Amino acid sequence: MDIYALAIESSCDETSVSIIKNGIEEIATIISTQIDIHKEYGGVVPEIASRKHVENITIVIEECLNKAKMTMDSITYIAVTYGPGLIGSLLIGVEAAKTLAFVYKKPIVPVHHIVGHIYANNLVKRLSFPLVALVVSGGHTELVYMEDDYKFKYIGGTLDDAVGECYDKVGRVLNIEYPAGPKLDKMASLGKDTYDLPTPLDDDSYNFSFSGLKSAVINLKHNEEQRGKEINSEDLATSFQNRVVNILVKKTMKALKEYNINNLIVAGGVSANKGLRNKLIEECSKENINLTLPEIRLCTDNAAMIGAASYYAYKLGKVSTLDFEAKANDSF
Amino acid sequence: MEYKITTRSEMETIELAQNIESEKFPNMIICLNGELGSGKTVFAKGIANGLGIQETITSPTFTIIKEYVGELPLYHMDVYRLDGNVSDIGIEEYYTKGGVVLIEWADSIKDVLPEERLDITFKVIDENKRVLILTPHGKQYEELCEAVI
Repeated sequence: MDIYALAIESSCDETSVSIIKNGIEEIATIISTQIDIHKEYGGVVPEIASRKHVENITIVIEECLNKAKMTMDSITYIAVTYGPGLIGSLLIGVEAAKTLAFVYKKPIVPVHHIVGHIYANNLVKRLSFPLVALVVSGGHTELVYMEDDYKFKYIGGTLDDAVGECYDKVGRVLNIEYPAGPKLDKMASLGKDTYDLPTPLDDDSYNFSFSGLKSAVINLKHNEEQRGKEINSEDLATSFQNRVVNILVKKTMKALKEYNINNLIVAGGVSANKGLRNKLIEECSKENINLTLPEIRLCTDNAAMIGAASYYAYKLGKVSTLDFEAKANDSF
Repeated sequence: MEYKITTRSEMETIELAQNIESEKFPNMIICLNGELGSGKTVFAKGIANGLGIQETITSPTFTIIKEYVGELPLYHMDVYRLDGNVSDIGIEEYYTKGGVVLIEWADSIKDVLPEERLDITFKVIDENKRVLILTPHGKQYEELCEAVI
C-alpha cells in the first residue's frame, strides 16, 4: 500500500509543508519564505520569524493539501522537523504537527533537520549505500558516513563557524545584503584569485575551521582601507570562495578514499553554491565517484526533504508519542 | 573599575578564560563584545574547556543559544541576530538556571542584561594581539576580577 507523509518544516525562516509518497515521490510542496522580511535586518530575526510562522502555518498546510488534491484522510502519518534550529520557529511546526496527529489520529515522526537535508537527495535519486554525505549549511558543516538508511556516523565537522555562517559574516564585512552566500558565489565567478588568504585547517582530520579565514578577510579589508586602497570585492570573493571550496572538496575526497566508498551526496543550503558544485563534479568524475547533488530548489529549507527522510524513519518504526520536544541544538 | 589585559595569541585568550572559569559560581554571567573575529568564541572555548566540556564549542550564531553539560551547565549565546527583539526568546530565564552564561554581542540587548555581570570588550590590535577590557558590575564580579588579575 502506498504511504503518504504530510511533512512540516519551520526550523528557520521558511514555513514549508509537503506531501511525499513512499519517500521518493513529491506530490506537492509549498514553501513560504521570509527572506524579504529578514533582509532589512541583515539576517533572520528569531522573534519575527516565529510570528510569521504562526501566521503562515495553517495556510501553508491547507494550500499543500489543495495542491495535492488530497484530504487528511489519505495521509498515512505526519512528519515534522524537531531540531535543530530557532526554538521559537521549531515550536510552531512541532505544535501544528502534534495537533494534526492528535485530531486526525495519525502517527507522528519527528525528523532531524540535517537528516532531512541528506534525504533531499533521495528525491533526485534513491540513495545508494554506503555513502558519504557532505553537509554544508548556515548552521552545519559535517562529513557523515552512512552505511544504510538512517545509520549515521559523524566523521568530522566544523570546530567553530559553519560554512554558510562564514559566508554571511564575510558578507557583513563586505556590506553584502543577507543572505550573502548566493551573492558571494556569483561575485566569485566573476573575479580572480588574487588575494593572499590562508588555507583553513588542512590537517589529517576530517574537521573544518573557518573562523581563521573569516578573520583573515576582515584583517585584509581593514589593512587595505588603512592604506587607502579599495578592495576589489569580486577578486576577494573568488579568493575567499576558492579557499573554502578547496578544503571542503579535499577533505571530502579524502574521506571517500579512506572509507573506500564511491557514493557521495551533498546536503544543506550551501550545496546550491556553484563553485562548490562545479569543483565536486570535476573531482568526482576524475575519481569515478557517483555524485548526487540536490535540486537547487531543494537545497534550502523545505518540507519535501523532511517527508523523504521520514519515510525511512517510519519504516524503521521511529514513530513518536506526542510528548517529544523541539530542540534548538541537538547535535547530529 | 576597569581591567585591561593584553593577550598575544588565541592560547593566551583561552588561558585567561580558564582563569576566570576557575572562579566560577552558579549564574555567572559574562557579556562579550567586540567585532567579528576578535576572539569572543575563542574565549567561550576556554570557559568550556575549564568546565570540562568535551563537545566542540561551535559558533552559536545560527541557533542563538547553545547549551552544554559540564561541571556547571554552559549557556552560550550569540544575540547579534536578535537585533534587540528579545521578548519571545526567554533570555532572562537563563540568568537563574544555575549555569555559566556567555552572551556574545550583549551590547545589542542592553535592556535585558542583569545588573550584576562581567562585561568583556575585545579590541583587535593586530592579527594575534587583543586587548580585553574587563568591567565588573557588582561585588561578586569585582572579587572575581581581583582574584584573576
